[in-house]
Amino acid sequence: MNKGLFLRNIEISNGAQPLLTLSHDIAPGEVLTVMGPSGVGKSTLLAYITGTLSPDFTGSGSVVLDGRDITNAPAHKRHVGILFQDDLLFPHLSVGANLAFGLAPGGSPADRRAKIAEALAEVDLAGFEDRDPATLSGGQKARVALMRMLLSEPCALLLDEPFSRLDTALRAQVRDLVFIRARARSLPVLMVTHDAEDARAAGGRVITLEVQS
Amino acid sequence: MRRPVLPLLPALTLLLMLGPVAAGIWGTLLPAFGHLPAAGLTGPSLEPFVALFDWPGLARAVLLSVTTGVGATVVSLAVVTLLLAGWSGTRQFRVLERLLSPLLSVPHAAAAFGLAFLIAPSGWIARLLSPIVTGWDRPPDILIVQDPLGLTMMAGLIIKEIPFLILISIAALGQAQAQNSVTIAQALGYGRVTGWLKTVFPCVYAQIRPPVYVVLAYSMSVVDVAVILGPNTPPTLSVQIVKWMSDPELSMRLLAAAGAIMQLALVVGALAFWRVGEIAFAHFGRRWIASGARGRCDPIIAQVALFSGGVSVLVVLFGLFVLAIWSVAGYWGFPDAFPDGFTSRNWMRHGPGAFAALGETAFIAVAVGFSALILTIGCLEAEYRHGLRVTQRAVWLLYLPLLVPQTAFLPGLQTLMLGIGAEVGRIPVMLAHLVFVLPYVFLSLSDPFRAWDARTGTVAAALGASPDGVLWRVRLPMLLRPILTAFAVGLAVSVGQYLPTLLIGGGRVATLTTEAVALASGGDRRAIGVYGLMQTGAALLPFAMALLIPTLVWRNRKGLRHE
Repeated sequence: MNKGLFLRNIEISNGAQPLLTLSHDIAPGEVLTVMGPSGVGKSTLLAYITGTLSPDFTGSGSVVLDGRDITNAPAHKRHVGILFQDDLLFPHLSVGANLAFGLAPGGSPADRRAKIAEALAEVDLAGFEDRDPATLSGGQKARVALMRMLLSEPCALLLDEPFSRLDTALRAQVRDLVFIRARARSLPVLMVTHDAEDARAAGGRVITLEVQS
Repeated sequence: MRRPVLPLLPALTLLLMLGPVAAGIWGTLLPAFGHLPAAGLTGPSLEPFVALFDWPGLARAVLLSVTTGVGATVVSLAVVTLLLAGWSGTRQFRVLERLLSPLLSVPHAAAAFGLAFLIAPSGWIARLLSPIVTGWDRPPDILIVQDPLGLTMMAGLIIKEIPFLILISIAALGQAQAQNSVTIAQALGYGRVTGWLKTVFPCVYAQIRPPVYVVLAYSMSVVDVAVILGPNTPPTLSVQIVKWMSDPELSMRLLAAAGAIMQLALVVGALAFWRVGEIAFAHFGRRWIASGARGRCDPIIAQVALFSGGVSVLVVLFGLFVLAIWSVAGYWGFPDAFPDGFTSRNWMRHGPGAFAALGETAFIAVAVGFSALILTIGCLEAEYRHGLRVTQRAVWLLYLPLLVPQTAFLPGLQTLMLGIGAEVGRIPVMLAHLVFVLPYVFLSLSDPFRAWDARTGTVAAALGASPDGVLWRVRLPMLLRPILTAFAVGLAVSVGQYLPTLLIGGGRVATLTTEAVALASGGDRRAIGVYGLMQTGAALLPFAMALLIPTLVWRNRKGLRHE
């Protein structure tokens, strides 16, 4: 089987206005960084891959993940994890319940609890299960959001300016955490950012999109 | 599969909302032109209109409908505009806003009774001032309530429309960058009120136009407030239509139908007139702006507006207070400020009837409110999932059932139902309530529903949650507070409905509102006190619950507090 995330001849346009074209393969454990000014359609590209493209846009081209063509699959069956610049933890659920939401179904309740505890311990948040996510610090929230996504066992990881809300000290720390976890699980990663530091830290290839006119 | 249901919901909702309106107008048009097979009459003929124009009270009834309706709209809009101009963003305004929000849900009938109990010659104000200030030891023989000019009726409408227009305008203010514009205008030397009127008002008014039209159409054709506070000989056109409808003589329905068409034409005419007025106002407004006048009496205008707004709030609050006193009053002679004693006898006597009516009211309101909520969530979710776009024209469709006067289509709907042999009763009443409840529930929920961060849905889907899973497990729990508020709005609207309950229920469905309004002619203040209070409670309690439940459920979730 062909592992990795393959983006083939992707073209996205806003009505008649072409927005971007991209054709690229991302191997497991590799990070592809897409850079460009805001409004160039970076987030739109990610929406196309997650299957949540707004009807204002039209896209063509295929998205193949681990040999499976997911171009037209419903969003919840794509196994594509995504992190945004905001943690987007569900405010009505405790930290543990947020992780349980992500954790792939199956296993006994005790098993699931153990997996959640383990995930929290992995990011130095052992014992945080019952906490209200709104009471966590920015760095803690980012770590919970990362583990929630990883527990859903995605086959690829998309990052939408994921570190831009964090202050400089935290930023490097969370960034390393994300890339180390992604590499350890051999996930193909697609990151969009306008921050050159993020691109350097990712260590992979960088594509810069230009505003099309 | 359940899949095809969701895309059909918007169409079903429109049908439930506009179907009865269209059918009702059709059912009014036929008898208005002399076609009523049930009475052995076949049209078309112009006789009903000839009879209508022969009715000696017509000119006065029409004039009353127009003056009270337009007057109430102009005054409440002016007070609200100047209040916002002078005070929005200040501490005083926040106090007023907090007082006004619960007043919005006080039913019109209860507020009208409260007003009557305050300002009648034997009302509370006369009692407080007598005999020391006025020298009266018996109620003076002057006609205040049900005065021939309809001024008291207009006041009764104004005190209810001010809270409505204020809360609608506050929602519109958010998109108007009000504070920045006023700050800039003030830096350029404009007074607060003038600066606001010149920079913010045009944006706000553009957004509140549909609700202003609703206020105009409603005020011109209201029945319950007119029965309680309006003049009698003749009454307003809408009240006369209802009188003709309740006449056992079937042919009177033709007259009622012709009157209903007249009422519709009046409202359409008034709306057109209002539109022309808007254009003229805009023209002079632009000249006023171009003149560069900085505004000289701003502080006085602001004080007058605050005073008027304050009086309007106090009238409703003290009105309810007097209703409460009457409901427990023993012997209460004039001019005593308070009864000789308090008793539970009024409640013992009227309580059982009132509680039976409460049961009926609550049953109808909950069924209707819940249906409206399901349909609204279904429509909004269909819009979200299928990427439907909502145009300004669709928004007007939502307001349409509120713009067509109730007296124009409900008589026709009743006649139509009788014609096809449909049973009047509770289910038709519920469907009729739904016509008016749906728009309000939709308007209440649509903004918070659409404002929900769609990325939350993307994340949940990326974690493997199906579209239904995202809705039930993430979106609805996060929106618990606005959903309960919308439900409470729906309940309050249903509780307050008078005409649909009366006409479509065929007099056999007794809710708190129909019972309370029926008491108006009898003048038993103790009974009115009991029913009016129950009616207010039935409308207010759901709002209290809508505040309380999310606070309890999400007491450990800081992210969902104070939204």
